[in-house]
Amino acid sequence: MTRIDDPDAELVRRAKKGDFSAFEELVARHERRLYNIAVGIVRHAQDAQEVVQTTFLSVLEHLDRFREDASFGTWISRIATNHALKVLRQRRSRPTVPLETQSNGDSAPLPHPDYIARWRDNPERLAQDRETRRLLAEALEELDEKYRLVFVLRDIEQLSTRETAEVLGITEANVKVRLLRARLMLRERLTRALGDEATRVSPGHDHA
Amino acid sequence: MKCEELLKALNDYIDGDIDPAICEGFEEHLAGCNPCQIVIDNIRQTIRLYRDGQPYDLPAEFHQRLRSMLRQRWQEKFGGPGGERRVES
Repeated sequence: MTRIDDPDAELVRRAKKGDFSAFEELVARHERRLYNIAVGIVRHAQDAQEVVQTTFLSVLEHLDRFREDASFGTWISRIATNHALKVLRQRRSRPTVPLETQSNGDSAPLPHPDYIARWRDNPERLAQDRETRRLLAEALEELDEKYRLVFVLRDIEQLSTRETAEVLGITEANVKVRLLRARLMLRERLTRALGDEATRVSPGHDHA
Repeated sequence: MKCEELLKALNDYIDGDIDPAICEGFEEHLAGCNPCQIVIDNIRQTIRLYRDGQPYDLPAEFHQRLRSMLRQRWQEKFGGPGGERRVES
């Protein structure tokens, strides 16, 4: 099946025929996005650069095998994710890095929204702001790995619950509860910084 | 539906993955609960902001290094001074 709506299709076609400038353009379109996925997973700039580099080398080697049953962007995101997770696993096999604790806390009470206010601007405009981008990075880095990975895969990379569960080797129920916690924690952190104090409402409401 | 129940069903609602019967109760609650409406909006905005925001800048030096490394590999693999790949027809 060919996806006619893939914005990269023409460049992919040219790259497959040997046009290096088309390949370079594909790299330019996707390198920053892949780097963001990689940092979100490995949380380390140098390792993330290696992930991006390995990903594009792998794409270069296997471009012929890309069958276009997913978009090019999705295909290379999957490759980058797998490389990034491999880096994490290698780190874990070193004795100094503790494994994820088995009592994973997924059954603890949910973090309740505390600071509730409308944001002072819309996400499209906020995304252009350097300070906001720093806030996004900090908030993501503060999340425990188990929450961070699920959020990156589900909400940034947009894998399904099932795909996320498979990639991480956890149950779909775990994915769901971790995603809910991640979203609630990030919402709280971001709203404290981006909320409009004038619209703030009390969380202590109680009605049926 | 109470706020607590809404919190638990929140992901399914945001992801459009909700049982229609629960959805009805959810929306009924939302219509009368300003704080819950704001929380839902905040979460949607959080997700959109992370998708659009790409908080990490690619280091310029890495950008260059990646380019030249890929160009070199392309030439090794496909040959040609400009990296032109020879395609057998």
